[in-house]
Amino acid sequence: MTITKTEAVESTSTRTRTLSRTLGRVAEALCTPLVPADYLDIVAPMRPGARRAKVVAVRPETARATTLVLRPAFRWPGHRPGQYLRLGVDVDGVRLWRSYSLTGPQRPDGTLTVTVGALDGGAVSSHLQSVRVGALVEVDGPDGVFTLPDVAPAKTLFVTAGTGLTPVVGMLRTRLADLRDVVLVHSARTADDVMFAEELRDWAAQGRLRLVERHTATQGRLTAAALADLVPDVAERETWACGPNGLLDEIAAAAEAQGWTQRLHTERFRPVLVEPGTGGTVTYGRAGVTLEADGATTLLAAGEAGGVLLPSGCRMGICFQCVVPLTEGSVRDVRNGVVTTATAEDPALVQTCISAAAGPCALDV
Amino acid sequence: MTAIQHKPVSPVAHLTPEDVEELGRLLDEIREEVVSSRGARDAEYIRKVIKTQRRLELGSRAVLLASLFPPAWVVGTIGLSIAKILENMEIGHNVMHGQWDWMRDPKIHSTTWEWDNVTPSEHWKHSHNELHHTWTNVLGKDNDLGYGIMRVDEDQPWSPALLGQPFYNFLNMLVFEYGIAAYDLELFALGKASAEKKAATWAKGKQVLRKVRKQVLRDYVLHPALSGPSFVPTLAANAVANLVRNVWTHSVIMCGHFPSGVETFTRKSIEGETRGEWYLRQMLGSANITGGRFMHVMTGNLSYQIEHHLYPDLPSNRYAEVAPRVQELFERYGLTYVSGPLPKQVASAWWKVIRLSVPTKADLDKRRARKARRATGRRPAVPAQQQETVLEPVA
Repeated sequence: MTITKTEAVESTSTRTRTLSRTLGRVAEALCTPLVPADYLDIVAPMRPGARRAKVVAVRPETARATTLVLRPAFRWPGHRPGQYLRLGVDVDGVRLWRSYSLTGPQRPDGTLTVTVGALDGGAVSSHLQSVRVGALVEVDGPDGVFTLPDVAPAKTLFVTAGTGLTPVVGMLRTRLADLRDVVLVHSARTADDVMFAEELRDWAAQGRLRLVERHTATQGRLTAAALADLVPDVAERETWACGPNGLLDEIAAAAEAQGWTQRLHTERFRPVLVEPGTGGTVTYGRAGVTLEADGATTLLAAGEAGGVLLPSGCRMGICFQCVVPLTEGSVRDVRNGVVTTATAEDPALVQTCISAAAGPCALDV
Repeated sequence: MTAIQHKPVSPVAHLTPEDVEELGRLLDEIREEVVSSRGARDAEYIRKVIKTQRRLELGSRAVLLASLFPPAWVVGTIGLSIAKILENMEIGHNVMHGQWDWMRDPKIHSTTWEWDNVTPSEHWKHSHNELHHTWTNVLGKDNDLGYGIMRVDEDQPWSPALLGQPFYNFLNMLVFEYGIAAYDLELFALGKASAEKKAATWAKGKQVLRKVRKQVLRDYVLHPALSGPSFVPTLAANAVANLVRNVWTHSVIMCGHFPSGVETFTRKSIEGETRGEWYLRQMLGSANITGGRFMHVMTGNLSYQIEHHLYPDLPSNRYAEVAPRVQELFERYGLTYVSGPLPKQVASAWWKVIRLSVPTKADLDKRRARKARRATGRRPAVPAQQQETVLEPVA
């Protein structure tokens, strides 16, 4: 009896699957050369499953940072605190993608929050400061390896500067309850520039973490030496640091000197660059575009400027969404100067967002 | 027309090489201004056109579900015809030119767009963007001059088969999308092709057949079937819409380079061509159509053929804006801006097709001379179809 029932259920579900697949194929054939989604996007851009989100609330976090509450149209796969999502927005008609740290867990109503700092001259960041409620944005993610382990460390230190606080606040909002002995050293220009200030100070007042605010306008830039004074047991702490490259480089150097590199986790806003090389002629084979790029311009930036449609992700060499085959010539990693060379017989996969031309080269894209 | 180099009085004789380069510089300036000002307004334009086209198509197809009812058939057929024309002209043709690539929207990009036409986008981009736009109106290089089956220039050799060209042109008009597919495969030159070339054509031909199958299945099987009892009227509506689009696009495209006043060029004349000279050839090799806004959109702004040939990759909504400045340059440099209303330009192009099907005495003399040369073994270096026949000034 039971077996018969299971079989019946199975054959029904198989039949349903076959039917929905057939219907899908018919819908595609009815819409060719477009796909059904192209028509659905016109009438129902926020239909379930569409890879976009609606901005449902916008609130200023500080004078120079804005928090966006987003409701994704698709089933959010879940994220680990500290991870980021990618937002695609049209700035003056051009689709641009940038990564933003999720500042908390997904809420029961399905919404996600990110906080965007107004970087000087940042096209997307500036645009998002004035985004209106109801606007639609393209969404991708989550991604990122700057996360807490499942088992909380005995002692934790967070070192953040400016918007470097965003992934950390995401960790704290989700995991503060099961973290012990937490120190947060946060650097901002003034007391008013500290994002999530009320929440952080409340936590500190409740004794749930030790908060050290460093106001650079009056106290100067945070240095590794100052950090050692503020947190004498820094070497014993599992440390997560996020901020400008200068600060992270100093902390990394100190960790190296004191032997706690394995306890240091960092996330950077931008890749660290070496002196640019020579540059050269870049051929984007399938796009049929050939252009000259200097040694400081990445293959991604040069291609985009030349109208080539390239896959991209974090734009700093982390997510590997931009990887394409290099079929000829040499490219140079702008972070460390390492040169990768390929031939037609032996192509190499390269990340376009952190590779620049090192002489003539060709990409199969 | 006769190749500009063979005219007794060249329309560009009054220009010095410096003039031509200065003209090119000024045209580059206009280009730069448009490129640097592309933005949200333009993006909004193309998205609006795409949205309108898709709504019109969906709406028309919905109305056709009841096409058994004659008014529904009429409304649905008109709507579908307009939607199909918009898709091919203002959207497909222009997106494939890369006019909207700067938006970085993968859905509106030359590398991803597939149009509602039996010719695969890949084939069209090669034959149209690469060949026609590069070699515009160069005899023996630009196959768009008569599509390899017609004589549309005095300098193309006459043969008896061309007596039928008004008829071929009419047939081609009726089935234009298939004509383009065959033309992109270069079927008419296949006889002389190498084995390698034939194999490549066969592979491309299979791609065309696949696309044809999909297009036919959609228009003539699936949508009629959805209409149930209205199967036959819906099938007829799709056939009429495709026919209307064929006739319309064929007419618009004939107006681009065939009307009288448009110049052609010999192959030798473009050796070592400069940027300025290339611009000059595009200016003289194209003709505009005058009319209202709706007409311009329905032609995909190919009514601004001159501006389109100068700037094939600039957003089509900008052609109307730069046209007065381009026209002013024509005047300043003493050049003829060929332009006229649609009926006049269509008639002018058709008259050329009819007129050149009949040989003049000079054509017959040249044909005899060619035959004599061939008989004495002095074979021309290039196939007869592509030959530059006129080596002496035309009387």
